[in-house]
Amino acid sequence: MADVTLRKVIKRYDGIEAVRGIDLDIADHEFVVLVGPSGCGKSTTLRMIAGLEDITGGDIMIGGDVVNDVPPKDRDIAMVFQNYALYPHMTVAENMSFGLRLKHYPKAEIKTRVDEAARMLDIAELVDRKPKQLSGGQRQRVAMGRAIVRNPKVFLFDEPLSNLDAKLRVQMRIEIKKVHQKVRTTTVYVTHDQVEAMTLADRVVVMNHGRIEQIGTPNDLYHNPATRFVAGFIGSPAMNFIPCRLEDVSGKPHIRLTDRIAFPLPTNRAARYQGVTRNEKLQLGLRPEHITEAKAHPEPGIEAFDAVLDVTEPMGMETLIYFTLEGAQICGRVNPNAGARDGRPLRLAVDLNNMHLLNEVTGVVV
Amino acid sequence: MTSTVIIDKAAPTRTVKYGSMSHDRTWALRWSYFFLTLFAIFSLVPPIYMLITSLKTSAEISAATNPWWVFHPTLSNYIGLLTSNQFLTFFRNSAFVSIFVVTITMLISVPAAFALARMRFWGSATLATGVFLTYLIPDSLLFIPLFKMFAVFGDWTGIQLINRWYVLLLIYPTLTVPFCTWIMIGYFASIPKELDEAAIIDGASWFQTLTRIFIPVAFPGIIAATIFAFTVSWAQFLYPLVFTTSTDQLVLPVGIITTLIKGDVFNWGQIMTGALLGAAPPLIIYAFLMDYYIAGLTAGATKG
Repeated sequence: MADVTLRKVIKRYDGIEAVRGIDLDIADHEFVVLVGPSGCGKSTTLRMIAGLEDITGGDIMIGGDVVNDVPPKDRDIAMVFQNYALYPHMTVAENMSFGLRLKHYPKAEIKTRVDEAARMLDIAELVDRKPKQLSGGQRQRVAMGRAIVRNPKVFLFDEPLSNLDAKLRVQMRIEIKKVHQKVRTTTVYVTHDQVEAMTLADRVVVMNHGRIEQIGTPNDLYHNPATRFVAGFIGSPAMNFIPCRLEDVSGKPHIRLTDRIAFPLPTNRAARYQGVTRNEKLQLGLRPEHITEAKAHPEPGIEAFDAVLDVTEPMGMETLIYFTLEGAQICGRVNPNAGARDGRPLRLAVDLNNMHLLNEVTGVVV
Repeated sequence: MTSTVIIDKAAPTRTVKYGSMSHDRTWALRWSYFFLTLFAIFSLVPPIYMLITSLKTSAEISAATNPWWVFHPTLSNYIGLLTSNQFLTFFRNSAFVSIFVVTITMLISVPAAFALARMRFWGSATLATGVFLTYLIPDSLLFIPLFKMFAVFGDWTGIQLINRWYVLLLIYPTLTVPFCTWIMIGYFASIPKELDEAAIIDGASWFQTLTRIFIPVAFPGIIAATIFAFTVSWAQFLYPLVFTTSTDQLVLPVGIITTLIKGDVFNWGQIMTGALLGAAPPLIIYAFLMDYYIAGLTAGATKG
């Protein structure tokens, strides 16, 4: 086991920069998830750590050693691929032991390790089968087993759950987390699914356009996003962005959404936004759970307003509501008993204690 | 109530051809079988005629009787050929040439295809196309320059290759290697890239990736390439006709026509027997490896 360090890592293909100078420190035993939209450079970064792609610039260190020019087999890593990449002509046991056999481990030890991994992954009764006789979930377990038996310094996962159906994905997600709790191997996991990132990671690395947007714990990213991209990418349904500006009404800072709607800022936020230029074009970032039905006795920082709902989506435990404000579609979450109906008005409340204010031009959270 | 009555009456008046799909299908099948039968007859008549002729004596072949019937069946042609040292030499030469050519071809084309399909190096794509283009040059165009080359080579070095059966081991691969390499490139390209990446991360070298992953996974393709190489070298006629002349150096196809046609005397019975016996080995190989062969060809085909 080992820590992984990336220093100003660059990848250029034919003049196009896929990865633009990444700095990342992954501690020993840590589970780090790289997340971002397709083409953001997350898979390329993972493949550079694996040694499957050469790096154009910078340094990659595994366990303190620079591995820029070390071939994949000598980096002591194991990788799980999206399409499983099981050897079709070998049985499950042969698939899992292939790496150990190449390194001429004693037969008894190979058997012990394979049995142990098979038991951990609940595939002990499948070891004599060929991959084509297995279901998608079972194949993914075998692919993980192949990584576990090697007992490598680092596990690399490249979108391992993307080929599975939604239900199985949730199940395997828990499985991966359990395995990591047992083996504690440093793990780098790539996904485009922010739910996977949030649920699995010790720390999440959000990437966009070949750069790191923000690194943080799942809660940190959710509650304190640094940029509009992170704010919009993490969380489902996504954060709402409403055009707004700050103005002072009788000496107190207010946030004005429309000509009719302006809310006074809560005291803690007022201090934080003291330095923001008044009347500058801004965006108010509010998560759907902070737009709810109005309560009879509002707490400080919670402001009520009226809206006509476009669409409602009853989810059972809550109802998602959609309405339009200043041309922006807004999503809120209300109690199923709040009386939300398609096309009908509803008195809503925004929780400004959890608001974010973003610069409309730079997208940076103020 | 009335409305339902109207709908019920209207429905049957429509002339929808139910089951027209199966009707079309039936006719498609009939036509398919018609043409399949036609082609089967077309391609089976010559070997059947050969078989009939091979069971006749020379006298019966030249007699004006029904050529499609054997009145006095005899195995004398078979016994004559199988006890003739000459014929057995031809057979042995053919077998040696084919087995060696197949071995040489596979030893070259499998690693070559692996390199061209998987190892990205400068000019690999051009080289892959080049390999295929060499196959397009017909042997009837190449045999004279090749003959000249070997003659000059003999003059310079004193090593005479012309009129030795093993000269064919140098010539046949010019036909088999490009085609087999091309088939194998297509086959190897259909193997997902992650499979060799997984093997490399597991600690396999390029050579181990080839021998332990690619060859077993692409085995049907390798069988297809093997069969092709064998068939080409077994049935090759022009090159051995040009490059070998002594009877002890001849291969089967050339041997049969040069020794069994004496001037204008055609020993039809033995010619047909020899041709049938010569066709047997590829036929046996096809029969055993048919499933692999089809799987190999189709997999290669989809990957162009």
